[in-house]
Amino acid sequence: MSARFATGARVQVRRIFPPGHVRTPHYLRGHAGVVDSILGHYANPEELAYGRDGLPRRALYRVRFRQAELWPGYGGAQDDSVVADIYEHWLEPLEEVQA
Amino acid sequence: MHRHHDMGGAPAGPVVPAEHDYAAWEKRVDAILRLLTARQVITVDELRRGIEELGPGAYDELSYYQRWIASIGNNLLEKGVISVDELGGRLAAVEARWRAAGRRGEGG
Amino acid sequence: MTAHHPHDHPHPHQPDLEDRPYDHHQLMAEAVGELLIEKGVFTAEDLRRTIEAIDARSPADGARLVARAWRDPAYRSRLLADVNAAAAELGVDAGAIPIRALENTTRLHNLVVCTLCSCYPRGLLGLPPDWYKERAYRSRAVREPRAVLAELGTPIPDDVEIRVHDSTADLRYIVLPLQPGGTDRLDEAALAALVTRDCLIGTALPQAPQR
Repeated sequence: MSARFATGARVQVRRIFPPGHVRTPHYLRGHAGVVDSILGHYANPEELAYGRDGLPRRALYRVRFRQAELWPGYGGAQDDSVVADIYEHWLEPLEEVQA
Repeated sequence: MHRHHDMGGAPAGPVVPAEHDYAAWEKRVDAILRLLTARQVITVDELRRGIEELGPGAYDELSYYQRWIASIGNNLLEKGVISVDELGGRLAAVEARWRAAGRRGEGG
Repeated sequence: MTAHHPHDHPHPHQPDLEDRPYDHHQLMAEAVGELLIEKGVFTAEDLRRTIEAIDARSPADGARLVARAWRDPAYRSRLLADVNAAAAELGVDAGAIPIRALENTTRLHNLVVCTLCSCYPRGLLGLPPDWYKERAYRSRAVREPRAVLAELGTPIPDDVEIRVHDSTADLRYIVLPLQPGGTDRLDEAALAALVTRDCLIGTALPQAPQR
């Protein structure tokens, strides 16, 4: 199965805020990160949550975010990071968004 | 808009390293959920969505497994696995059985 | 509470002690289980065995994998590739949900959280502690991990990166901590005893035994 992003790709989490069952945490929306690895393809939890089959499976990525970028005035070391598992449809290439 | 369960980064007090031994009823709830997912009656995603839909008040006031059984119950009703009438009748029957056995109440 | 007084007469029925309502959710746990059994969704034996399986898992199972990895570099590689398979090698059934190990180094400390609910590697470690599932940890671990760790007695030096893993999807995570110095002569069982549940979450570090 195909994956849109490669390891090392710079991505941005979509800045949208739908209601409903979402597994992309609020604190990551609109933030830039780097694809750490591709975890495989999984059924979409946003669909499974409503009794639907969640198919076709979509790529799931480990994406790393710098704490200094997530939180203004982050008090820890500058290399500190958060890694979250994000579904492909929540990610956009960073270059496109910068236009 | 920020849903209540989605709490990463929200302000909060100290982490209190408290824990408790799980009660039998709590393990029962956990086991019920595992069996329901294994039998493909509900998914863990439906469980989570049901918990999120309990609303902020319930989310904060109910304990972890209270939220689970509330969500499981609602999901089973929505899917027609059990009916409102069956559940109401069985709740009353269990309560009567416990009372007859002299089981102590838990408080309001 | 009523004041204590001498008894020479029977007390009337005391509603506050005897007629307190039963907890609705405990009634639900009983009623729902009974109905599902009657409807053939599962059997009473299934329920009993599932509860036993819940009780069968504990952090000691995770500790064994870490101790083996500390002593056997080839096993370490296999553990980092696939925790479930590595557990099976040691006779531990970690279940179907994939678990991944996060390797600490002298430059990197890993910490695991689920901000959205309470995802936790139950298949390997058993049920999570209350604090892991509650607001303070879930909200602050991603935002101020150093403060949280310091409060929990595990300060991390600034030259060590902290990487917080938010378990947002189908994978679960355990931390593979660094082996503490001065423990090379310990056997695997003694090493495993150093690895607590909190070491596997990332809120504690294994401590060498005091001499």
